[in-house]
Amino acid sequence: MQPETARFKELSRAALANDQLQRSMVATGPQFVLKRAKARAALPEFDDLRNAARDIKNHVLAHLDVYLEKFEARVQAAGGHVHWAETAEEARAIILNICAAKKARLITKGKSMVSEEVGLNEALEGAGHTPVETDLGEYLIQIRNERPSHIIAPAVHLRREQIEADFRRVHTDLDPARDLSHIPALVEEARRVLRQNYLDADVGITGANFLVAGTGSAIIVTNEGNGDLTRLMPETHIVITSIEKIVPTLEDASTLLRVLARSATGQDISTYTTLMTGPRRAADPDGPEEFHIVLLDNGRSQVLGTEFQDMLRCIRCGACLNHCPVYQAVGGHAYGWVYPGPIGSVVTPALIGIENAANLPNASTFCGRCEDVCPVRIPLPRLLRHWREREFEQHLTPRTVRSGLGAWAFLAKRPKLYGLAMRLAARFLNWRGRAGRIASLPLARGWTRTRDLPAAQGKTFTELWRERQK
Amino acid sequence: MSARETILARIRSRLPGTEAARRDAVELHLAAHGANLVPLRGLGDGDHRLSLFTRLMTGVGGSVETVETLADVVQAVAAHMAAAGLPPSLRKGADTTLAHLPWHRAPGLTLLSGPADPADHTTLSLAFAGVAESGTVLLLSGPDNPATLNFLPELHMVVLPASRLVSCYEDVWPLLRASQGDGLMPSTLNMISGPSRTADIEQTIVRPAHGPRDLHVIIVVGA
Ligand code: SF4
Repeated sequence: MQPETARFKELSRAALANDQLQRSMVATGPQFVLKRAKARAALPEFDDLRNAARDIKNHVLAHLDVYLEKFEARVQAAGGHVHWAETAEEARAIILNICAAKKARLITKGKSMVSEEVGLNEALEGAGHTPVETDLGEYLIQIRNERPSHIIAPAVHLRREQIEADFRRVHTDLDPARDLSHIPALVEEARRVLRQNYLDADVGITGANFLVAGTGSAIIVTNEGNGDLTRLMPETHIVITSIEKIVPTLEDASTLLRVLARSATGQDISTYTTLMTGPRRAADPDGPEEFHIVLLDNGRSQVLGTEFQDMLRCIRCGACLNHCPVYQAVGGHAYGWVYPGPIGSVVTPALIGIENAANLPNASTFCGRCEDVCPVRIPLPRLLRHWREREFEQHLTPRTVRSGLGAWAFLAKRPKLYGLAMRLAARFLNWRGRAGRIASLPLARGWTRTRDLPAAQGKTFTELWRERQK
Repeated sequence: MSARETILARIRSRLPGTEAARRDAVELHLAAHGANLVPLRGLGDGDHRLSLFTRLMTGVGGSVETVETLADVVQAVAAHMAAAGLPPSLRKGADTTLAHLPWHRAPGLTLLSGPADPADHTTLSLAFAGVAESGTVLLLSGPDNPATLNFLPELHMVVLPASRLVSCYEDVWPLLRASQGDGLMPSTLNMISGPSRTADIEQTIVRPAHGPRDLHVIIVVGA
């Protein structure tokens, strides 16, 4: 699917008018926030672990060439194949070659954002293969021909009724009179439908959350167990992942695992954390006979050594999306490509070019919540500002915005002043009611419409947040 | 230039310091196996580890029971299967610890070995270790431990010797290196913390998703 990042404003407006989406966001957003807060409260060392996690990733990035070579050598020693892909196109070609050599018909897939990034499913279909997503959320969006709207909960924008309708539309061999009126019935149906696919698949493709250089292991975390069945049942397992996923040792992986699930879903650890090292060994009774790992660059190495390097620490936990007022107002599809939310607005320009993503760095209120919750302490607002500067320098900003942006940037660089301006604005809104002229601020309408700026108290989101954190 | 060389060359051109210095730093870091900050919650004696493990595992929908000796595992397994209303057929790995259990004490039980079959209702594995800090069991694939046993059945039972229930992940890795060799791994290492679940529809937690409906851990106090 082509990026639609240029349509951010238009897509946002549509998202704000989409009642079903708004109900989904309101129902799920606060749950993510609450779950993370509980997990954090239950582990006194949590914030210190975030520092350790940040330091590990910084160490990796500063030694990335050597760690990648170490990782490669370990995978090969364990009997696996390592493929390097500079671009999305190369990654697709490598995988298509493997699938063709295996004469693959059915291909099961575990959830992988890198697979979305390179548009793998379209390529597989184009070559006559049948890819089937096995993560429930990914399966739901696959049968709807949509992009994921969240990096860990791809179908978070959907309501039960929509899914029921989709299942009735797609699972036509099942009894039309069956009861799908509750969520467990939908999950049970997906379990039954997908089970046969695991058994019939010729190739399984998963992503990786981490790559352990010292052991040559790719780590995936899931709650469903779908990634494991995708790896274990077919003859061939392919991991598609990117070069910045390296961690040095199992000890370092442990630290990152401690912050990943807590930040993502509020779990101490995901139900299944799997370390996959090469294919099955000669005497093993099961597991894939062939193991391939595709290491994608796609612009990441170009970010090294720039003011944007910190984005490469990202472990794709989704916390910054869950805590972002803009994401929570417009949902993931408005961002128009694969990675939504604050991290999406930072990563997308690096991967597809700022000229193709010029709107995204503006999709922020600079409230700073994303940086507050990021488990690897990525300074997301600062990176967004850097993109705005680049955008401004390259004259990609529309003339009408250019003058206003100066004032905005002036405020955004001065948190105290910004807070004051927002408080004043909130009071102004309170006085003017919902039709206030403040609605011309970027996304202010999204805000007030879905979130009800607490006009009665005249407080800003930031003020309320501070209070809640106490 | 191959993609590999292009990517590595670009990375090198953008990193500070010399390649030689980076190599030395990486060798040092890998050889040290240094632990980072380890949370206190798992640290403590056997009773602490057992109670924390049990609380966390049951908190996510798993079940835990303790038995005194390895021989007691047989009755525990048979009783749990009967209580769950599952057919008396059990698939397990060929692992010697499990093979040497007094299975004759459960005469009604049919024992199968080898990789899991989609028709299997119940499987039994021996854990390599358990971790108290997150209520996690670790299983290694190998000739005697098919990894499919962990995912295909309705009920997955895991035997965990109490002596292998450690505080934190960092306690496991030295055991793993001792068993496999430094830097070497089994094909698949599973860390399992509860039965399969999903929250992909409206963030509502439903069990199971694709893996086992039930995970039952039998901790052997005297092993
Ligand atoms: S930027 Fe930070 S909070 Fe956002 S997904 Fe990445 S790791 Fe998580």
